[in-house]
Amino acid sequence: MLSQGKSLARPFFPAIVAKMGSNEQISTALEGWAEAKYGTGSKVGGLKRLSGGASQETWAFQVSENGHEMPMILRRAPGGVEAARSSQAIGLAMEATLLTHAAKAGVPVPPVLGVFEDDPQLGQAFVMDRISGETLGRKILRDEEYSYARKILARQCGQALAGIHSIPLENLPELPVSDGITQLEKYESIYRAYDLPRPVFELAISWLKENAPTALPVVLVHGDFRLGNLMVSEKGLASVLDWELAHIGDPREDIAWLCVNSWRFGHADKRVGGFGDLTDLLDAYAAAGGPQMTPRDIDWWEMMGSLKWGIMCMTMYEAFRSGADPSVERAAIGRRVSETEIDLVNLLEGVRNHA
Amino acid sequence: MHDAPSTAELVEAVKRFIDDTASPQLTGHAAFHARVASNVLATILRELEQRPGAEADEKDRLIALLGADVDTPLDALNRELCKRIRSGNMDLSTDGLLDHLKTTTIAQLSVDQPRYSGLALALQSRG
Repeated sequence: MLSQGKSLARPFFPAIVAKMGSNEQISTALEGWAEAKYGTGSKVGGLKRLSGGASQETWAFQVSENGHEMPMILRRAPGGVEAARSSQAIGLAMEATLLTHAAKAGVPVPPVLGVFEDDPQLGQAFVMDRISGETLGRKILRDEEYSYARKILARQCGQALAGIHSIPLENLPELPVSDGITQLEKYESIYRAYDLPRPVFELAISWLKENAPTALPVVLVHGDFRLGNLMVSEKGLASVLDWELAHIGDPREDIAWLCVNSWRFGHADKRVGGFGDLTDLLDAYAAAGGPQMTPRDIDWWEMMGSLKWGIMCMTMYEAFRSGADPSVERAAIGRRVSETEIDLVNLLEGVRNHA
Repeated sequence: MHDAPSTAELVEAVKRFIDDTASPQLTGHAAFHARVASNVLATILRELEQRPGAEADEKDRLIALLGADVDTPLDALNRELCKRIRSGNMDLSTDGLLDHLKTTTIAQLSVDQPRYSGLALALQSRG
């Protein structure tokens, strides 16, 4: 669902260069790459487009070499051309770089196998291993197959986040910087521009301003660490995906985003993603080298997350209201803003009762 | 004006057409949008039934909370409420404010997404 929000958060600029990449061209280019990397007998097969938006294409394929099959993923800018972006999304080469650093830090991520800066056929792209597992939140939370995974997932997420947050910033290329107050101001101004006053949002904005915690030392923040972007197998966390919103910021942002009720898919009783306890995650996070935190430390950022998602839903509805996307789906999402309002009311009630 | 069929009956008829006739013949993206359309019609049916009463109650609460004139339109009352919260005139410690927002949001969600988990939580804590 966030992919919808993300695609709208950045304006879409139609590529002015003629689009590269019919299936056949992509296949040929990949085969050339595979032959150079794995030997002249390598064959590329099963090329299939998995998803695509304005921001990125994802393709599945496999390389066979000597009867050995290697499933892979191609991530590629639409038409091979990196669109101009006005907002926070990072580029493909950066995403590949982050995956490499994350792997070194012990975070489960697909190994990057090849990066294409400006390939004549592929354009901007990279190839990674295709990890098998499930990303659909509802299935991960419901299916018997994942019952063991659900028990250990909160701790594994704590470890993975500690790994991401431990990556030395001086080794990374330049990334957007965004702390809590910057995000609050940004989303408040988006909300105000719509001129659709919502008293619950006003109260949340005021409370967040009044109660902003002292910023922690900045780290690499994944930016969209939640069910939907986590590949889960029956053994637990298989891979952390979708690094497009990575930035430099507060480590609590990642922990809290995983707790936002919108990503608990109906299992509101388990604060971590609908599957786990926050103390388990925080203990594992500290054991893996992160600072020790308490569940209360996450409250501010969880409220910020619900507010952010609510305003993202307003942005999707705005696409309908402005006439940019007249679909019934964009209209209907405007009636999901109230989901985040009730979450904010419940959170505000919680902090009032704690005060 | 006549009211037979009523608005609700007309919406129900369209929803039945989508669910029983159109949807089964659609695939992919169109099938997804048909499901969304059917959900929207269900929202409209709940709205027809619940909005008039919920808005009348909301207005009564706002007039009391703001000490406003009884003729003030609902939109103006909500804008005034937003203004007072934004200026710091009202906050989490204001008597009745969070209760009002909770009641209003419960009513809104009962129309918009009655199965959302946060609604059940809010109703639970209300007791």
